[in-house]
Amino acid sequence: MADKLTVDEVADQMYKMVADSQGQKKLKPGDLTKAMKEINGDKVDRKLCKDAIRSLIESGRCVYTYFGGSYIELPHKEGASND
Amino acid sequence: MADQLPNTPMLDELEKGKWPSFVKEIKTAAASNDMSKDLLGILEKSYSEKIGHWKHGGIVGVLGYGGGVIGRYCDVPKEFPGVSHFHTMRVNMPAAWFYTSDALRTIADIWEKHGSGLTNMHGSTGDIILLGTTTDELEPTFQELAQEGFDIGGSGSDLRTPSCCNGMARCEWACYDTMKACYDLTMHFQDELHRPAFPYKYKFKFAGCPNDCVASIARADMSFIGVWRDEIQIDQEKVKEHIDKGVDIVNDVILRCPGQCMKWDGKKLEIEDEYCRHCMHCINVLNKGLKPGKDRGCMILIGSKAPIVEGAQLSSVLVPFMKMEEPYDELKDLVERIWDIWCEEGKARERVGEFIQRVGLGNFLEAIEVEPLPEMIAHPRENPYVFYEEYYEEGDDDDEEEEEE
Repeated sequence: MADKLTVDEVADQMYKMVADSQGQKKLKPGDLTKAMKEINGDKVDRKLCKDAIRSLIESGRCVYTYFGGSYIELPHKEGASND
Repeated sequence: MADQLPNTPMLDELEKGKWPSFVKEIKTAAASNDMSKDLLGILEKSYSEKIGHWKHGGIVGVLGYGGGVIGRYCDVPKEFPGVSHFHTMRVNMPAAWFYTSDALRTIADIWEKHGSGLTNMHGSTGDIILLGTTTDELEPTFQELAQEGFDIGGSGSDLRTPSCCNGMARCEWACYDTMKACYDLTMHFQDELHRPAFPYKYKFKFAGCPNDCVASIARADMSFIGVWRDEIQIDQEKVKEHIDKGVDIVNDVILRCPGQCMKWDGKKLEIEDEYCRHCMHCINVLNKGLKPGKDRGCMILIGSKAPIVEGAQLSSVLVPFMKMEEPYDELKDLVERIWDIWCEEGKARERVGEFIQRVGLGNFLEAIEVEPLPEMIAHPRENPYVFYEEYYEEGDDDDEEEEEE
């Protein structure tokens, strides 16, 4: 069986995906998990992906947003927010 | 501090009559709170213009969590600066909504300090709803609530705050301890509750008996309804007492039984339990004369939802009977198998009930490794184009074609 990636490695890959699609497509946590499985095969599993997402959120590199469903995005100024 | 209340002729109409009025409560709060004063103003504006002035969703939340805060801003902040930000917080309620008055005062004090002071006890999710605060106040509110032992609930594409009826705490018909099960699963699935990872929302509701006081069959993606699998307990003396007090047992009980499984010969009530549909009607009418059986557990149903992407659905049976005993491993395992396949194959904003409809119950059952059972269908199949695998093997098609030739 292939060696598993570390949480940080998966988090970095996810971060890049989120950053690349920022402003074009909103990604759900499930989209990131599926993409990681597709790219890395046996080297990742659902638990590892969950830990990577948690690490991204708790470090503040990404944030959860809600637009009819929950998404993961880079922190940004809230468009709807009133100053 | 709030001075004069805005002129609200349309809202004032909602204060008339004997029933409680949310307008009256907002006006009371507005006497000492600018947020509530501007809330009255923006509501009156919406009522007169017939236009909603709220913008919903976005980025707000507390650190580390993806649920529990619903972002809300108004689109006329210059006119109503007090409600420029008006975020809602959902606080996970205690199982079956039992509080001490001290706990309620604590929540109210925290909310008056950090928010509008207005609450909704409780929202349709069952949570304590704290209405209206600014982005800056979210984290301090959360920290203070946490120090007092409260946590925020679910929102967005996550496990929503599980809720239950008061079960064994107050009800003689509870077939399992709903409060214990609700609390246990809430604690076990904390990650799913706070970190949205599903295609869409997922709701658990725990009802102690088929009366289903939390309406789980219509409101929960996964309902746990208490049920028994042995015979209804009959106390003939107590049944007679009901009749002596005027209950028309034939018209009110026997003829209303959906399973037509009851017989009354003028002296004794008999029940053919194998035909009982567990509707609870006879037990409700002949209170103490009849009781649920002694071998109790729960029936698990799946799939109900309100109409959003598709129409409303009621839940249907997934597991006809499961013993509800700690540590609920069998149940948790089933839940995780369902989430695995739904997260893998579900579309965005597709509830599990819609997912089952799309992939077909047979495929869904196979994926979650549950055997099909007669209890899962409402009535015998009507579609003749259904083939059972055991009667239909590879090569059958060729044989038929050869015979025709």
